[in-house]
Amino acid sequence: MKDTVSEHNPRKAWMGLLAKAPEGRVATLLDAEISRPAFTWLRAPEIGSTMVRGRAGATGAPFNLGEMTITRCALTLETGEVGHSYIQGRSKADAEVAALVDALMQTAMASRLRETLLEPLEAGMATMKAARATKAAATKVDFFTMTRGED
Amino acid sequence: MYVAVKGGERAIENAHAWLAEERRGNTDIAELSIAQIREQLSLAVNRVMAEGSLYDPDLAALAIKQARGDLIEAIFLIRAYRTTLPRFGASEPVDTGIMACDRRISATFKDLPGGQVLGPTFDYTHRLLDFKLAADGEVPKAPSRGAETGTVPHVTEFLNREGLIEEAPHDDTPPPDLTREPLEMPAERALRLQALTRADEGFTLGLAYSTQRGYGRNHAFVGELRIGSVPVEMDIPELGFAVEIGEVILTECETVNQFTGSKTEPPQFTRGYGLVFGQTERKAISMALVDRALRWEELGEDNVGAPAQDAEFVLYHADNIQATGFLEHIKLPHYVDFQSELELVRKLRREAGAQQVQEAAE
Repeated sequence: MKDTVSEHNPRKAWMGLLAKAPEGRVATLLDAEISRPAFTWLRAPEIGSTMVRGRAGATGAPFNLGEMTITRCALTLETGEVGHSYIQGRSKADAEVAALVDALMQTAMASRLRETLLEPLEAGMATMKAARATKAAATKVDFFTMTRGED
Repeated sequence: MYVAVKGGERAIENAHAWLAEERRGNTDIAELSIAQIREQLSLAVNRVMAEGSLYDPDLAALAIKQARGDLIEAIFLIRAYRTTLPRFGASEPVDTGIMACDRRISATFKDLPGGQVLGPTFDYTHRLLDFKLAADGEVPKAPSRGAETGTVPHVTEFLNREGLIEEAPHDDTPPPDLTREPLEMPAERALRLQALTRADEGFTLGLAYSTQRGYGRNHAFVGELRIGSVPVEMDIPELGFAVEIGEVILTECETVNQFTGSKTEPPQFTRGYGLVFGQTERKAISMALVDRALRWEELGEDNVGAPAQDAEFVLYHADNIQATGFLEHIKLPHYVDFQSELELVRKLRREAGAQQVQEAAE
């Protein structure tokens, strides 16, 4: 029996990365590397929403927090690979390029795209996150004792 | 009797044209861009997303511009737009335990793992107008410091270890959705939390404050307040697994409340919970206090008749779009309704007058 989780993990990881990429960033990286292959739409880009849920007390029963906008599409390359994308926001161009990369990652181009697209994308996003984290860290309170009240 | 009248089309058109002109204001002043509103009025954007119940900063910024800064009008625009969107599904419940925190403070524990991280807060500012902001736009760079990696545990976990606080046991019951079925009483907690997270900030704040002043007092401390981004994961049916579809910034507040115990529970701390889109801490704290007040029944507390304990009162009046819709409709033409009232008052006065004349004659 195949372990579906580990089988799906790399795809889950790159789809998540593509969904969270800054607007236009994936297109810039992809177009700098290759000219886009031909494809046909399985589902043209479509804007909708997802109901975001939270949990009462962070760990308890789920409740509906509110919706977020999301764009999805699906396409097929001429060689038959199917690419999907579900990404935050309302950019049909970003949804298209994310689905294209998802499909291309299932072809022989995978390792090249991993190196030239996914890794720089991930590094850029990690840098942005780290910059925020270091600013937060600078606002951490260092308590020091002025006096103790015993005497 | 029903009387249909027509008219006013030209007046309405001209009113809207003038509205557009007034919205733009003096054309010698540069026009605001959506990006400027999103980046520089971000807390207004956050409020519109939270109460509009749709996370999309650009749309919220557009709504604020269109509404001339009237946030309830902007929320109305977002609610209306939201109804046009097909819903692709629901996310997995977000895990606030893995939040990348911009801010994380506790009023109950000074030394907690992860520390007190103030973040970009108004707290400890002197609330003096800063005239430098009216002059130039140069901002000194915020200092940075080496950050610890890893996630920050929730404060309630510490109290949990000693069994001193009620648990929030894991549960996967699909929640009711008030955007799909009408809000009906009695409302379970999941429904109350959905109503509260999109509730009007001012109304929620007022109710929360009333509990602090004694109307259903429950002695709340902010056990923890955290603001930051969390990934949103959704199950994709055509793939057969869940993927991250984006990230949202959330504010979470957990209160720690006094509880003297009941017939079945020993004395322990109880909890109120607030979780709201965006950096919206006044709202999240208010939500947690009102959530806790509404839990009186399940915790076996007395109903002291406080407004914040009355779920029907709270939930049916907390939505500012419902409220403003009903409130503002009374300014629209009611000529026929009013005509009948007018007739009635005239008739009553005639009768009263006739009686007086008769009494005087006797």
